[in-house]
Amino acid sequence: MCGVCGCGQATIDGRPAQGAPGHHHGHDHRHDHHHHHGHDHDHDHDHGHDHGHDHGHDHGHDHGHDHGHDHGHDHGHHHHHADPDPAAARVVQVERDILAENDRLAAANRAWFAERGVLALNLVSSPGSGKTTLLARTIADLKGTRPLAVIEGDQQTDLDAERIRATGAPAVQVNTGKGCHLDAAMVARAAASLDPAEGTLLFIENVGNLVCPAAFDLGEGGRVVILSVTEGEDKPLKYPDMFHAADLMILNKIDLLPHVTFDVDRCVDYARRINPKLPVLSLSATTGQGMAAWIDWSLSRRPAARARAGARSA
Amino acid sequence: MHEMALTESIRRLLEAEAERQSFSAVRVVRLELGALSHADPEAMRFCFDAVMRGSLAEGARLEIERTPGTGWCMICAREITVARRFDPCPHCGGHQIQVTAGDEMRLKDLEVV
Repeated sequence: MCGVCGCGQATIDGRPAQGAPGHHHGHDHRHDHHHHHGHDHDHDHDHGHDHGHDHGHDHGHDHGHDHGHDHGHDHGHHHHHADPDPAAARVVQVERDILAENDRLAAANRAWFAERGVLALNLVSSPGSGKTTLLARTIADLKGTRPLAVIEGDQQTDLDAERIRATGAPAVQVNTGKGCHLDAAMVARAAASLDPAEGTLLFIENVGNLVCPAAFDLGEGGRVVILSVTEGEDKPLKYPDMFHAADLMILNKIDLLPHVTFDVDRCVDYARRINPKLPVLSLSATTGQGMAAWIDWSLSRRPAARARAGARSA
Repeated sequence: MHEMALTESIRRLLEAEAERQSFSAVRVVRLELGALSHADPEAMRFCFDAVMRGSLAEGARLEIERTPGTGWCMICAREITVARRFDPCPHCGGHQIQVTAGDEMRLKDLEVV
């Protein structure tokens, strides 16, 4: 399935991400899966099914349990394939969060960042909101205050990482392939390859998408949603999950306000219907207007502030 | 479509549970998806058959239980039902609402052999 969602196609700075430490996605699991089958087969053989090796080992196994080993397995095979013995079915309780594995890795990231005093900020938005321009400007403004690093997420190309490197900050590019969001495993690998210095302010530019990244905790210390005034002011209502999960909203490109019909107050009102205490900063990454408040916010943010995000039950 | 990634997470959970609880095939998968969760049930169904193909849950039936959203209105100081995140409090019309339930995405239980 990795070819469909692309999780197994992720690359970091152009190199395949598979085989890297801590990789728990796609192909690894296929391998696990095959191994499990292998074990099943061994098990069958223990029960004396050595002739049933050509097809349907699992079914042979069921059959053996239900009816004993001296049956003609080949004969019964198709019946069992169509309708395996319902008497053998049982209910098992699982009660696990679907995102438990991602949340576990996110918690590990969060702990790793905390050990190093790294504040990781997850920047999410639609494509074209000006995230990379904002980052380049932010890095220029923050230079000399503390170590800076960037993880860039895009489906393809390392154009954004190149733009960031041109500012002097280290950057790694994660290409998600067909994937529509970054997940905690991708960030773990990218962070390990960046090896950020103690006290680094690490920006994670997520894939441009206002839907999918909302569900995936990366272990960040803050989530910043960026909206530009060339978009619809009703986006907070259209994509509520993303605005609900945010710790800060940035309204970008305010230098264009005289040329568009965007109603700032209405947009902020919509966002606070979703997230009543959401702070909002208006700025222009192009002219620099409003940048100082954002710089202050990013320097004063404490990594522990978002610990609750990882508190979802596993 | 992040439902694909969510469905793959379910597949990995099934594989881990198969080892832990000793089963070899899954007939029914029961999920709890809150009304305010990040997953669309129809998209989950769409992904489920494709993702489970070739796994121990190939051909399994997917049952989705929808749980309602609830919240705490900070103005009324009472619990309310929340159908969508931007809905106002039905009593005061305000938006000072803390969601308390309805964003679950859980694998509840399985029918297995």
